Amino acid sequence: MKITVNDETQEVSATTLAGLIDELGYGGARIATALDGHFVPKTERLRATLAAGARVEIVAPMQGG
Amino acid sequence: MAALFYGQELSSALMLGTAQYPSPEILRDAVLAAQPGVLTVSLRRESAGERAGQAFWSLVQELGVPVLPNTAGCHTVREAVTTAHMAREVFGTDWIKLEVIGELDTLQPDVFGLVEAARILTEEGFKVFPYTTEDLVVAERLLAAGCEVLMPWGAPIGSGKGLNNLFGLRAMRAHFPSVPLVVDAGIGVPSHAAQALELGYDAVLINTAVAKAGDPVAMARAFGLAVQAGTLARQADPMEARDMAAPSTPVAGKAFLG
Repeated sequence: MKITVNDETQEVSATTLAGLIDELGYGGARIATALDGHFVPKTERLRATLAAGARVEIVAPMQGG
Repeated sequence: MAALFYGQELSSALMLGTAQYPSPEILRDAVLAAQPGVLTVSLRRESAGERAGQAFWSLVQELGVPVLPNTAGCHTVREAVTTAHMAREVFGTDWIKLEVIGELDTLQPDVFGLVEAARILTEEGFKVFPYTTEDLVVAERLLAAGCEVLMPWGAPIGSGKGLNNLFGLRAMRAHFPSVPLVVDAGIGVPSHAAQALELGYDAVLINTAVAKAGDPVAMARAFGLAVQAGTLARQADPMEARDMAAPSTPVAGKAFLG
């Protein structure tokens, strides 16, 4: 299934956001996620189902002013 | 008495940004030199391979300074609100420096979007630090939306021009005597920071002026000292300026030598 992660198209086999985080190798990282423009809290990633064409954002701490 | 920011006293009136330093080591040394009360941080896309954000987060934790996440780069209410949600989870704080940018040349806030986003986030339990202008009507709306701190700009972000509208900033201080006020953006040199505190502002937020100095660590120390000086000066109740001279040496008893 093709989805977009941080604006890059990727072929993935995960069907949930939680599965995707593991598949891409983010396990244990301090990140936050959004699916199709909506924030998905960590506790809801297992229930967040991915459909073809889904837009996923994965962000982490970064320097800021 | 030091101002309380949502019930919390800061150890210094200096809020320091963490962006644009030449290296993480220089950022760390600058923080140690400035001893800020707050560090501002942000969120960006993370690649699983590089994990740049994880290294940065370790550094921030090691420094042990409270963090204030921002919504920098957001141009819409929706973007800013979603970013705030993500920041709350990642940084484990309900403090948010709310930026809704309205104009690209000046990076001035879209105050209409700002008020709306502030209302939404306050209702959701966030403690909002809104990046605003010195406009008093907007300030009233932000307070009505639930903000308990206001952060007017001194000058456009990254411009280093200092306090562009002294009259406006003074008016804001006079109009909201009990609201914690922070000059955010535009401060270029330590004297600007001291000036803001002498005007009665409760804190200043600085990033570019330190990060882009030739020697960021020395400049961080200079800002730390300026903020201390400004805070002390304010507590000491500065004299009023006057238009005409007034001799400081007593005239009585002066010898007649004419």
